[in-house]
Amino acid sequence: MVSNHQTPNYNMVFVALTILTALEIGVVFVPLSKVIVGIALILLALVKASLVALYFMHLKYEKLALGIVALSPLLICALLIVGLLPDLAGTKHQTKAETAVHLESADHAVSGITE
Amino acid sequence: MSQVATVVEPAESPLTPDSWGKLGMWIFLAGDAMSFGALLAGYGALRAGSVDWPVPQEVLGIQLTAFMTFLLICSSLTMVKALAAIQQGVTKGLTRFLGLTILGGLTFLGLQAYEWTHLISEGLTLAHNPFGSYLFGTTFFLITGFHGAHVTGGVIYLTVVVLRGLKGHYSAENSNGVELVGLYWHFVDLVWILVFTFVYLI
Repeated sequence: MVSNHQTPNYNMVFVALTILTALEIGVVFVPLSKVIVGIALILLALVKASLVALYFMHLKYEKLALGIVALSPLLICALLIVGLLPDLAGTKHQTKAETAVHLESADHAVSGITE
Repeated sequence: MSQVATVVEPAESPLTPDSWGKLGMWIFLAGDAMSFGALLAGYGALRAGSVDWPVPQEVLGIQLTAFMTFLLICSSLTMVKALAAIQQGVTKGLTRFLGLTILGGLTFLGLQAYEWTHLISEGLTLAHNPFGSYLFGTTFFLITGFHGAHVTGGVIYLTVVVLRGLKGHYSAENSNGVELVGLYWHFVDLVWILVFTFVYLI
């Protein structure tokens, strides 16, 4: 399967990418739950990224093994996210207000020592 | 009794029969994708753990960045047109379309500089964010900055290729160098598509 340089219709890919971008902007303002909007946005982004890789970067016309090389970062990133999950469970960073309260009490403690 | 050292090099690259350079570029891009992946995964973890993460569209605005996204898509189109031109032996088309690609990259960088300046004047910096968690500013500047550095590198790379093109370095038989810069440039576009979604839209 030697890469034969068929040229895809680049203009059509460009039009598709533009329309998908417009759709993304539209989806942001759809009054649905954040989760649904978020999933829709990620799916749209993945379709766009695939279009760029498959047609602009000619991955569609390359050997399958090169596609696996190209996709390997996705797998590793997925593992990274799994590795980060324990960090997310139960930990919430302080809000600004809470930080301010903490700082204030720390200030008192410091001034108490110096007095 | 002559002993000839025969080092047999594989004639063609195993995954990309037409060019070793292409294999090298793809491996580099896969590694680079992991850098971006790590940044975005870290961003997600910090954001998920934050209780006062601002709504990105409200702080950043998306009209300007939507236009910047469109700009990069346009520059990807001119990039493939440049490659298509030289594959047919048209050097003039190559340099003209590469010039347009560079123009797209430079405009993108100019708009990003404008955006950054505007946000910094509003108080958003690496360590401060008047709209909520300071990590919002940290991750925003780190991720868009890392991408902007890639665009800058791409503009320099493209400029080198244009200069070589003007000297008649490329032809229908020798267009590999143009294909390689194209791969890099499309990758920068691809990453922006993801950054735009995760940092601005969601």
